[in-house]
Amino acid sequence: MSKLNETVRLLREIPATLKLTTWIDQLKRKIVPGNNKSVPHPFWVIVDKEVSDHVRSWRFIVLLFLILLTCFGSLYTSLSSIGETVKANEPNDMFFFLKLFTLSDGTLPPFHVFIGFLGPLLGISLGFDAINSEQTHGTLSRIMAQPIHRDYLINAKFIGALTVISILFFTLGFLVMGLGLIIIGIPPTAEEFLRIISFIVLSIFYVAFWLNLAILLSIRFRQAATSALTAIGVWLFFTIFYQLIVNMVAKAMMPAQPLNPQAAAQYQEFVINLFRIVPSQLFSDATTTLLMPSVRSLGPLTMEQVYGAIPSPLPFSQSLLLVWPQVTGLIAATVVCFALSYYLFMKQEIRS
Amino acid sequence: MSQNIIELVNLTKRYGSLTAVDHLNLGIQKGEIFGLLGPNGAGKSTSILMMLGLTEPTSGSVKVCGIDSTKEPLEVKKRVGYLPDNLGFYENWSGVDNLLYIARLNRIPETEGKRRAEELLEKVGLGDVKEKKTGKYSRGMRQRLGLADVLIKNPQIIILDEPTLGIDPSGVREFLELIVQLSKQEGLTVLLSSHHLHQVQQVCDRVGIFVEGKLLAEGNIHTLSQKLFRGEAFAVEIGVETKQDTAKKINKKRNFPEELETIFQKIEGINTVQYQDGMFHLGCSLDITSTVARAVMQEGFALTHLSKKEYGLDDIYHRYFKGGKL
Repeated sequence: MSKLNETVRLLREIPATLKLTTWIDQLKRKIVPGNNKSVPHPFWVIVDKEVSDHVRSWRFIVLLFLILLTCFGSLYTSLSSIGETVKANEPNDMFFFLKLFTLSDGTLPPFHVFIGFLGPLLGISLGFDAINSEQTHGTLSRIMAQPIHRDYLINAKFIGALTVISILFFTLGFLVMGLGLIIIGIPPTAEEFLRIISFIVLSIFYVAFWLNLAILLSIRFRQAATSALTAIGVWLFFTIFYQLIVNMVAKAMMPAQPLNPQAAAQYQEFVINLFRIVPSQLFSDATTTLLMPSVRSLGPLTMEQVYGAIPSPLPFSQSLLLVWPQVTGLIAATVVCFALSYYLFMKQEIRS
Repeated sequence: MSQNIIELVNLTKRYGSLTAVDHLNLGIQKGEIFGLLGPNGAGKSTSILMMLGLTEPTSGSVKVCGIDSTKEPLEVKKRVGYLPDNLGFYENWSGVDNLLYIARLNRIPETEGKRRAEELLEKVGLGDVKEKKTGKYSRGMRQRLGLADVLIKNPQIIILDEPTLGIDPSGVREFLELIVQLSKQEGLTVLLSSHHLHQVQQVCDRVGIFVEGKLLAEGNIHTLSQKLFRGEAFAVEIGVETKQDTAKKINKKRNFPEELETIFQKIEGINTVQYQDGMFHLGCSLDITSTVARAVMQEGFALTHLSKKEYGLDDIYHRYFKGGKL
């Protein structure tokens, strides 16, 4: 034991490690609040508090458990059916590693579909009582009486929840990648890695949208239960009823001459655009394109467009280009929600 | 006037057609305990929020510590501790953690914040429950934690909005004594809003009466009562019986109130005499209780009841709200 201590001591005295430790100390002082003399900015104090509150709350633990469960479930189904697909001669074969995220034997949906389903729930659960719980508990006026700007609170609420979500998703993504690496033994290529990272970033944006919607509702409604129910209502409407309504509208608007190719294409385009109002559609469009390189287009293709095309997967940059409108749409929806909640919060009377 | 630490000039706040605060002028001096009195919805909380820069006034100006609250709320909030009326804490945090959070928001270094938090918790008498979650605190304990919370940033002024709400009478007395003691120790200016008159009366140097957004009167209790009850600062209540054995005076019994009334009216210092339900109510400008008692005895009546009272805030208050304005 003393020998070990001696070695550690010697190791510490090497200039390189000395530099490293001082650097780590500096970093720590920057990141960890209240370390020694440095006083953290109040904004980061609130963010810190939000993150620790989220991580310790029961609802987050329950959701984390749910997401971990589905994550391992879908990983298991994709691994158990990955052996059969490897023989088929498909263009996607080049992207063997991505199959971990998209493959399913039909018993459980694949990983990205699960995220599309549980992501909104996560976002809503982290945001639905952001402001109104502070108001009903009487902590809002107490915090506002401190020397901080008013928008610190709402920005910190958003940043705090976003931090938790980002860490969670990156951890999950890397966990699945690592496990897959161990089990199937094939490392991902650089392109696959990039695709997976962009998928994770996209998922974070998607959850951020629901988070912002929930925060907006938490400002609008005084009761946490009302805002939670409204948020879940919006989510259910978009996932279930919106499809029904669009189908009904589509039937009513069916063109009179279905054989006219131009009218048919226009009609098809119109229906797809109707679907694309929903953020979950944007998300699923974007993820499928990112995770399945063989997807070449998200709309209808005419014969001329397909004619002569080589049935090969798209390179990463082209896939990214294909989903760019979807990504922009998602970010825009997020920003609109945040801007609205910011405006409402700044205008709101503090007194309850 | 220049050393006023809080200075409100023509302060007005309108919510739509409702005028919550109407051309309020008020100056509070350094080191005094000022009570803002008024019924619910009189605009007390709104004025306080404007002092903190949490609500923008429609017109007029607020200066706290010489700083304009509307333009530089942050500087004001650094110097002012505010205890809101429906005070709340993060319930699954302990008392000391709640205080530390506020200390961090005020950029107090961690070690100093800890030291101050411990010290204040001892001072307000929560030293042995500081690790307990605030969700389990009683109402009185929360209020005391609120006081510690207000003091942790080392303020020059503390503003307490309805601090005694929901505490039992003995708790109120203790709490107010604590406020007075702490403010004297640290040389604080205290602004206290309440609709409980007796409580405010006990501790305030000066009070302001606030109705429908207007400050109706201000001053200490004594000047206020003199102002309001001109010449009737004291009231004496006397109950009188005729002696039964003096049969001679039987016909006097019938009209003894009138008889006594004329006697009372001759005594110097008595301004009004009223007879009601067997009792005389005398309004006097001087303390003449003993003179009155002697006069009654000399006339051969038996004194059954005698009480003297000085008009308190309660009466001032009632007079305002019953009789309308001066």
